[in-house]
Amino acid sequence: MKHRTFFWFFLPTGLAMILFIAAPLVSIITQSLFAPHEAVFVTVENCGPFGCKEETTIDQSATAALREAEPMGRFVGLSVYLDRGHLAVAEVAEAWRTSESIGEFFGTIYNLPFYRALAFTLTYTFVCTPLLIILGFFIAISVNSLHRHLKGLVIFFSLLPMIVTPLVGSLILFWMIDSRGVLGNLLSYLADDPDLSLKASSPLMWTSIIIYGIWNSAPFAFVVFYAGLQTQPKDTLEAAQIDGATRWQQIRFVTIPHLMPLVTFVALIQLMDNFRVFEPIVGFSAQAHATSLSWIIFNDLGGETQQLSAAATTSVLTVIGVAILLSPVLVRTWRDFKGRS
Amino acid sequence: MSSAANRKPLPLKIALWSFVAIWLMMAAFPFLWTLWGSFKVELDFFSIADWTNALTGDNTERTHGTPFTGAGYEGAWVKEGFLRNIINTGIVCIFVVCTSLTIGTLGGYALSRSGFKYVFWLLIAALIFRAIPPITLVSGYLPVFFQYNAWGYLPTAIIVLVAINQPFTLWMLHSFFESIPKELDESAKVDGCTQFQAFRRVIIPVMWPGVITTGLFSFLLAYNDFAVTSMILNEDNRTMVPQIAAFLGTTQTEGNVMFAVAAVVSATAPLFVLVLFFQRQIVSGLTAGAVKG
Repeated sequence: MKHRTFFWFFLPTGLAMILFIAAPLVSIITQSLFAPHEAVFVTVENCGPFGCKEETTIDQSATAALREAEPMGRFVGLSVYLDRGHLAVAEVAEAWRTSESIGEFFGTIYNLPFYRALAFTLTYTFVCTPLLIILGFFIAISVNSLHRHLKGLVIFFSLLPMIVTPLVGSLILFWMIDSRGVLGNLLSYLADDPDLSLKASSPLMWTSIIIYGIWNSAPFAFVVFYAGLQTQPKDTLEAAQIDGATRWQQIRFVTIPHLMPLVTFVALIQLMDNFRVFEPIVGFSAQAHATSLSWIIFNDLGGETQQLSAAATTSVLTVIGVAILLSPVLVRTWRDFKGRS
Repeated sequence: MSSAANRKPLPLKIALWSFVAIWLMMAAFPFLWTLWGSFKVELDFFSIADWTNALTGDNTERTHGTPFTGAGYEGAWVKEGFLRNIINTGIVCIFVVCTSLTIGTLGGYALSRSGFKYVFWLLIAALIFRAIPPITLVSGYLPVFFQYNAWGYLPTAIIVLVAINQPFTLWMLHSFFESIPKELDESAKVDGCTQFQAFRRVIIPVMWPGVITTGLFSFLLAYNDFAVTSMILNEDNRTMVPQIAAFLGTTQTEGNVMFAVAAVVSATAPLFVLVLFFQRQIVSGLTAGAVKG
């Protein structure tokens, strides 16, 4: 295909991506370097019958004029990144100096909004991903041994948790796990604690969001592994049987190595997607116990005052996080490409 | 494969069966429970006193005379105007799917037929764009949309969703077009067609399976999006998912959780139908990336 033809074919999609993905990326980086203007203060001497006194008031028109003239705000360099709402360098240094134990240090750090969100986001990402892969693998192995007619049915129901809107799915689970819901009732009956409530306990909240994550994404792993099992060569399996491998050894030494590339694929996709965890926090109304990076951005953008600069800064930090997670894939793709050409 | 060596011992069979049964329960039960409960009053749906109330609907019977009531649906659809949001979602989904397939097909086809080095870099860029959480881009959109007075309208949301959709669409269609033999359009070009004519007359007739699969995933992305649509649509133009989130803020205090429950069931129903009819395409779409990958 000629360069020219390629250009015209690719133009619409390229333009859409440049305008609505690449340009906003540049924009959030720029915005994160600026902070909103502070109000302009004027000091006027107010003289009355009881003498004069100085008063400082906000000069509304001057403030408006300044905001109009420089809508980006004032340039502050990296200071938004370092403030308390983000990397909180001063607070971390202070905590490091004053804390007597590592535990106390992490306790202090955990109270800073950014690190709190980061802690949950990373926990969610790295706990959910392996567990959902394991669950998906076992479902795939079990379903594969079912009768052909049943497989379709099981796949149909298995797809539901994955296909359903994340917010809707998390609400459905939340209403059941809620202390008034059927599972919440069951739990408090089993634990023999009538006051057991999800809303009051951070560990319970974390666990249930992670369970939601596994419930939501295990079907994806299942479907991919199941498809992989269909392409498994029969002769290696038979050879293993002739050599006297037990059922478990067949799975361990024949099936798992065959599925390994798919495991990597699922792991990378899921790391990427779990890192953006957001909807379950809204669905479970978990703000008090668990926040994520995406949730912070959402929270800064919504509400009465839109803190664009703060949101942009968290956005940039999130993108950096994604880039770190993605780097192994990029390196691998680059090697493949090098190998081919 | 029905040799004696492959026949499973009974305990293993039972274990496998019960594992599948437990998973099925986990996957399907929450949906059935919520569907059943959506026809009850709140006291039954959240039954503190006795959980069997949720099954029998004692309080529902006391309030409405029958164990099933459409009050939640009536409240959501009529009183809260959820129908408006359903129509908005419909508009957004139709336009997003059509637009993103049109431009994605052209782009994906071009990527699969051009052997130059920049194809690799474009695909890598698309992969990076795919990995970026859409919500991080929102603070880049807002100032511009405010400035040009584009904030809050459906077309804005449609364009943004199309763009967010593109990286995934491109990857999927690129690998699909790779599987269509190049000889097809090469021979059309030998016969005197331009590249576009070859695309139109030879490729378009055979591309539908891949396009339908990709379209399903575009649809799901547009339908399921919460982070972006809730930020760039105003109250009148909200789609279903942001509206459900809004229900949580307003109706929970008024004791009308059942509106939200009814809305949630209404939003799940189309997806249920979708899986029913397109199960095969969804499965093949999920695995296409993996097999290539």
